[in-house]
Amino acid sequence: MRELICINCPMGCHLKVDDTDKENIIVTGNTCNRGKVYGINEVLHPKRMVTSLVTVIGGEHAVVSCKTKEAIPKELIFDSLEVLKNTKVNAPVSIGDVLVSNILGTGVDVVATSNVKRV
Amino acid sequence: MEKKVRLLIVGGGPAGLAAAVEAYDKGERDILILERENKLGGILNQCIHNGFGLHTFNEELTGPEYAQRFIDEVEKRKIAYLLNTTVIEVSDKKCVKALNEGGLLEIQAEAIILSCGCRERPRGAINIAGSRGAGVFSAGTAQKLVNIDGLMPGKEVVILGSGDIGLIMARRMTFEGAKVKAVVELMPYSSGLNRNIVQCLNDFNIPLLFSHTVVEIKGDNRVESVIIAEVDERLNPKMETAQEIKCDTLLLSVGLLPENELARGANVDISRITRGAVVDDRLMTNIDGIFECGNVLHVHDLVDFVSLEAREAGAKAVEYINSKDKNKKYESIAIETDGKVRYVVPELILKNDDSNPLTLKLRVSNVFKKVRLEVSVDNEVIYSRVKQVVAPGEMQTIDLKSEDVLKLRKANSIKVYLRSME
Repeated sequence: MRELICINCPMGCHLKVDDTDKENIIVTGNTCNRGKVYGINEVLHPKRMVTSLVTVIGGEHAVVSCKTKEAIPKELIFDSLEVLKNTKVNAPVSIGDVLVSNILGTGVDVVATSNVKRV
Repeated sequence: MEKKVRLLIVGGGPAGLAAAVEAYDKGERDILILERENKLGGILNQCIHNGFGLHTFNEELTGPEYAQRFIDEVEKRKIAYLLNTTVIEVSDKKCVKALNEGGLLEIQAEAIILSCGCRERPRGAINIAGSRGAGVFSAGTAQKLVNIDGLMPGKEVVILGSGDIGLIMARRMTFEGAKVKAVVELMPYSSGLNRNIVQCLNDFNIPLLFSHTVVEIKGDNRVESVIIAEVDERLNPKMETAQEIKCDTLLLSVGLLPENELARGANVDISRITRGAVVDDRLMTNIDGIFECGNVLHVHDLVDFVSLEAREAGAKAVEYINSKDKNKKYESIAIETDGKVRYVVPELILKNDDSNPLTLKLRVSNVFKKVRLEVSVDNEVIYSRVKQVVAPGEMQTIDLKSEDVLKLRKANSIKVYLRSME
């Protein structure tokens, strides 16, 4: 049994998700169907977009902001941050530049989300 | 040296950028944006998390990406702007003084849009006892240190206040290797979004303590610990519940205040509730030709709504500049609220014949469930919507059709209120 707060709307329903039978997950405490879908996804394959920083060499700033282009499995958050911590890129960097391709084999690229000029 | 410009925009953040773009698209070519930072985009530049722009662009952008969309629109139109330029005075005659590397600038404008945003309530505003060791930061300052400068403010962190910036910084500090020991919230509820509570705290097992506050900060040279305690219904700390949490950093996320020193200097009337200007339905203040939009007018929770409001201000400023009878005064009527609706923006409706749709924006004073949000004109209900839940952290909007706006303009009394459905 997992307890979750639904994030779809300000109601913030407190969900109880019974996942003893993975084929038949039972969500209670939801007010609408979106809550049910959220509860099931959150238990079966939770995903998060990761936003962080990558070191820039020779830029106007020491770091450039970045994101995973799509959400990646939640359990890979800290491993992906470790990869980003060890990544260095040369200025200039533009929004959308791929900084790490296919991070941790997820098929998702990490792209820059701001522009950093060369100085 | 005095310079003349038709439309002057103070602040090149999301509000100023959207106002400039809209004013240009409405035909105005003589526009100047003044920005005190070294790049356009305002606070969005340090908000590297995602979740911006769902309403405007139908996709989830990060702050810098959202800003860049508008910066690109400004550049495409070749709208003039000055960076590293701080406005130090705005007069009620619409004369603006600003400083930059070149010295003092004096600019006479025909209309001014104040879009200078808000700032964080500091430690001094909440009176926490204790020593003055290093390590106490506002959440936004910490955000700038981490995200722009690549510096870490500390290793073991307590956050006071569960507004969205505090929640976002809890995750951000965790990502950068810090240990966030607790988020402490005075109220029995959070003013932040559920989504942020789940994805910034629960995902990392960071405790959120409601009805708690920091009563003392310890450590002479550097913060060594904070004492927290539960509060009673009147928000007074119950000292018997006090406990010490070891930490080297305290982040404050205790509210935002519109930055209205410039407006006050121009004799603009300021609302005691929003701390922004009192504006009419053109977003114009009591001073002819001075407009406000964005967080300087009232603190928004979504940048998409800032952009929409700013577009409105841009369009109305252009209408004002081009109108033949600029100085014509219209009577206005103030919108009344009950205690549950804390404020409505705009507060004043002009008694003229302008026929246009209008969006009223409002916040409630507490969490209310199963209510109707209603607008009445001379006791006739002209708008009614069921709300399963409303909360202070979520701005509500009321979209009125032009025929209803005409009713407001002729009214003797306008009320916006919540009606219980139970």
